[in-house]
Amino acid sequence: MTDLRDITLDDIESLAVGAWILGTGGGGSPYLGLLNMRQLYAEGFKVQLMQPGDLADDDWVAAVSNMGAPLVGQERLTDSRTIARAVGLMEDHTGIRFRGIMALEIGGGNSIQPLMAAAHLGRPVIDADMMGRAYPEAQMTSVAVGDLKPYPLSTVDCRGLEAVVQAVPTWKWMERVSRKICVEYGSIASTCKAPRTGAEVKQWCIPGTTTKAIAIGAAVREAQRRHEDPIDAILSVEPGKILYRGKVTDVERRATEGFLRGRTRFDGVDAWKGTSLDVAFQNEWIVAWQDGEPIAMSPDLICVLDTVTGEAIGTETIRYGQRVTVIALPTADVFLTPKGLQHVGPRAFNYDIDFKSVFGS
Amino acid sequence: MRRIGIDVGGTNTDAVLIEDGKVAGAVKAPTSEDVTGGILEALAKLGASGALKARRIDAVMIGTTHFINAVVQRRHLSKVAALRLGLPSGATLPPFCDWPKDLAELVRGAVYMVEGGHEYDGRPFMPLDREAVAAAAREMKAKGLTAVAISSVFSPLDPSHEKEAAEIVARENPGAVITCSSDLGRIGLLERENAGLLNAALTDLARDTIAAFEKAIADSGIAAPLFITQNDGTVAEAHQAMRLPVYSFASGATNSMRGAAYLSGLDDAMVADVGGTTTDIGQLKNGFPREANSVVQVGGVRTLFRMPDLFSFGLGGGSHVSLDPLSIGPLSVGYRLLKDGIAFGGGQLTTSDVAIAAGQLSIGDKAKVAHLDAATTARVFAEAKRMVEEALDRMKTESGDVPVIAVGGGAFLIPDVIEGASRVIRVEHGDCANAVGAAIAQVSGECDQIFRELSRNDAIAAAQRIAADNAVAAGADRATISTIETEDMPIAYLPGNSLRVRVRVVGSVAANTAAAA
Repeated sequence: MTDLRDITLDDIESLAVGAWILGTGGGGSPYLGLLNMRQLYAEGFKVQLMQPGDLADDDWVAAVSNMGAPLVGQERLTDSRTIARAVGLMEDHTGIRFRGIMALEIGGGNSIQPLMAAAHLGRPVIDADMMGRAYPEAQMTSVAVGDLKPYPLSTVDCRGLEAVVQAVPTWKWMERVSRKICVEYGSIASTCKAPRTGAEVKQWCIPGTTTKAIAIGAAVREAQRRHEDPIDAILSVEPGKILYRGKVTDVERRATEGFLRGRTRFDGVDAWKGTSLDVAFQNEWIVAWQDGEPIAMSPDLICVLDTVTGEAIGTETIRYGQRVTVIALPTADVFLTPKGLQHVGPRAFNYDIDFKSVFGS
Repeated sequence: MRRIGIDVGGTNTDAVLIEDGKVAGAVKAPTSEDVTGGILEALAKLGASGALKARRIDAVMIGTTHFINAVVQRRHLSKVAALRLGLPSGATLPPFCDWPKDLAELVRGAVYMVEGGHEYDGRPFMPLDREAVAAAAREMKAKGLTAVAISSVFSPLDPSHEKEAAEIVARENPGAVITCSSDLGRIGLLERENAGLLNAALTDLARDTIAAFEKAIADSGIAAPLFITQNDGTVAEAHQAMRLPVYSFASGATNSMRGAAYLSGLDDAMVADVGGTTTDIGQLKNGFPREANSVVQVGGVRTLFRMPDLFSFGLGGGSHVSLDPLSIGPLSVGYRLLKDGIAFGGGQLTTSDVAIAAGQLSIGDKAKVAHLDAATTARVFAEAKRMVEEALDRMKTESGDVPVIAVGGGAFLIPDVIEGASRVIRVEHGDCANAVGAAIAQVSGECDQIFRELSRNDAIAAAQRIAADNAVAAGADRATISTIETEDMPIAYLPGNSLRVRVRVVGSVAANTAAAA
């Protein structure tokens, strides 16, 4: 028996807040996706949530995301129909009929992409994803850690450009080839990843992440309403840890090869007065150094939050003078194995540091 | 240095003369419907005090809440034609899509989306559809829409499509007043477009208002350059300010907070500025207002302005009072207080009437409000206290009591003891804090250009030198200059490591240089 739960518009408002926190600076603000969903709900569309455990082993699931530089999305403004076209292209290409739509990454705007596709296509959203956060590259997923088949992949853009990557030998190749397409599209492409069976989703994907993002967002929104500390509210629903409080004193950004890379410096306040924190990013916050010593790194989630509102601040919008609290949240177990760390540990981002979790071993 | 600072609020027009760092005169006059009359009256009063005699005035600096009040109160706004260059992207999120419904209905004259815009690296996204722009412009003309806001995908990186579309619109729809989003700034199309739409809605009001300012100054016989104060505590030359009224949106609040710091000598405190219609609560840090992080809502519209972090609520000297059930504001008689208030022979009960009845204000005719007994006035004051305490609590960033500086013409509504405040400070000329803040506004200098073959640090340093030179040329004291904004964007498609750098610096007005500037 399949038990589908209605996702309310209030859930989506919370999802937008929680998913941006889980986005660890990347994935783009979910705001534009949220606006699209408000529009769709106003027109009578509705979306339902399905638990991965309710999938039959031979069901097919579409994993969707926008790939590219988040700042491009801020200018091109997400069109809710584009992601549905990526799913449609994959169905046309493979002959598969998808049972449901799942997020590639729950972090940032990509958390809402499956809802937009689901609304237009009339399928449920699967309550799971492949990252439990946001990551910049195709091989940085739980299914890549599990060595599942990386192809085919469909890409579309709003101008009518469509391409399918039919086959590649490895996830790294998928990253390289699809990235080239993405850059040519203008550093943003709506994609449907390699179709996954119900069995694969149950074995390798990270369950319950849509529900988790909604819960984090609901806690922050409730704290805002009650004028309570929103950071405390997050830590009351998630086993996280405060890393730093401070103020932004420098931001260096460069858009290269379809990524936004750079580094932000914070000067400490409160217990951290007199110290400084540097956080490097590749779309997402990757490594944090306090006075030169690494204190947190991928795959632990590094979340830079507005101290007053508790909402996330993205790497593409962070700017001088903002007052922030940096927290760490634990990652999914699949990334803590030696194989997992090969995909998403600090060395996967070219930092020659041994992974050490904020949360002990 | 002799400067006149004027604050044109919804209720009062205040004027002060600052001479050698001291307040040499401060007066108030009711704001008139035509704006000019109030300024004339205030300047006449200032002249009558003898303060204006003998030496010349170096500058007149006006701050006004006129533009933001127009948005908040949904008044005097022009219908705007929105023209976005960016199809086929963003079609499901058209201009005005995240505006409050009532404001959108008031301002949305027409929406046009056509092909155009750029990529993140400067390549064209789509060729500009000139025919569609011209057709849109002809339709605007047919509909009688002259306020036009043009936005384009990635225009902060390459404004050429916006500029070309503006030329086409000007040709097809002569008399159009055009706001290009690239003049307002930042990456984030929706927020930048929103700022452009608000600006376009205000351009008619800005033209009339600034013309009224100029007339009043000229009619007063003062021959000094006119400056309009900006959101960040600096000033812009009047004609430049007229084109971009959104930049002077929050200047009233910034001025009153900087004025409060100047008058009290306190650099760290909360400021409660009670005007005729609203109270603004903000926090002073090192003498400057604490800025809002990233997204700022103006009248419910999302923008990316750098503005002081304020909480505004409808409590002011002109606020309507209902007794059964008890409520204060948000409606206000505003500048009609001296006509519409009961103590002045009008028919609307206001907070000022209550204060007059309680003996806290000695204006108007106390006999006309004799029917308000002590119990009633106490109830109204208790409600005002509750509103202030709630707002103060919202704006505090740390627990514990903090000093509160009460300024503005309606400061009588702030009691001497409030929860959350270590003490309530009232300063001399506190009712003219905005005008004082305007008079001490700083001078800014900007540099926005593309640097090649330089490292990022060298390019930023070069931009800072140019911006500082510009500020000094505009009258700033070089020793006081500090950088308030630095932004750099790599432009990948240009050769030679091209970097677009935008730097903004501010400094105090140098002694004896305003005349030279």
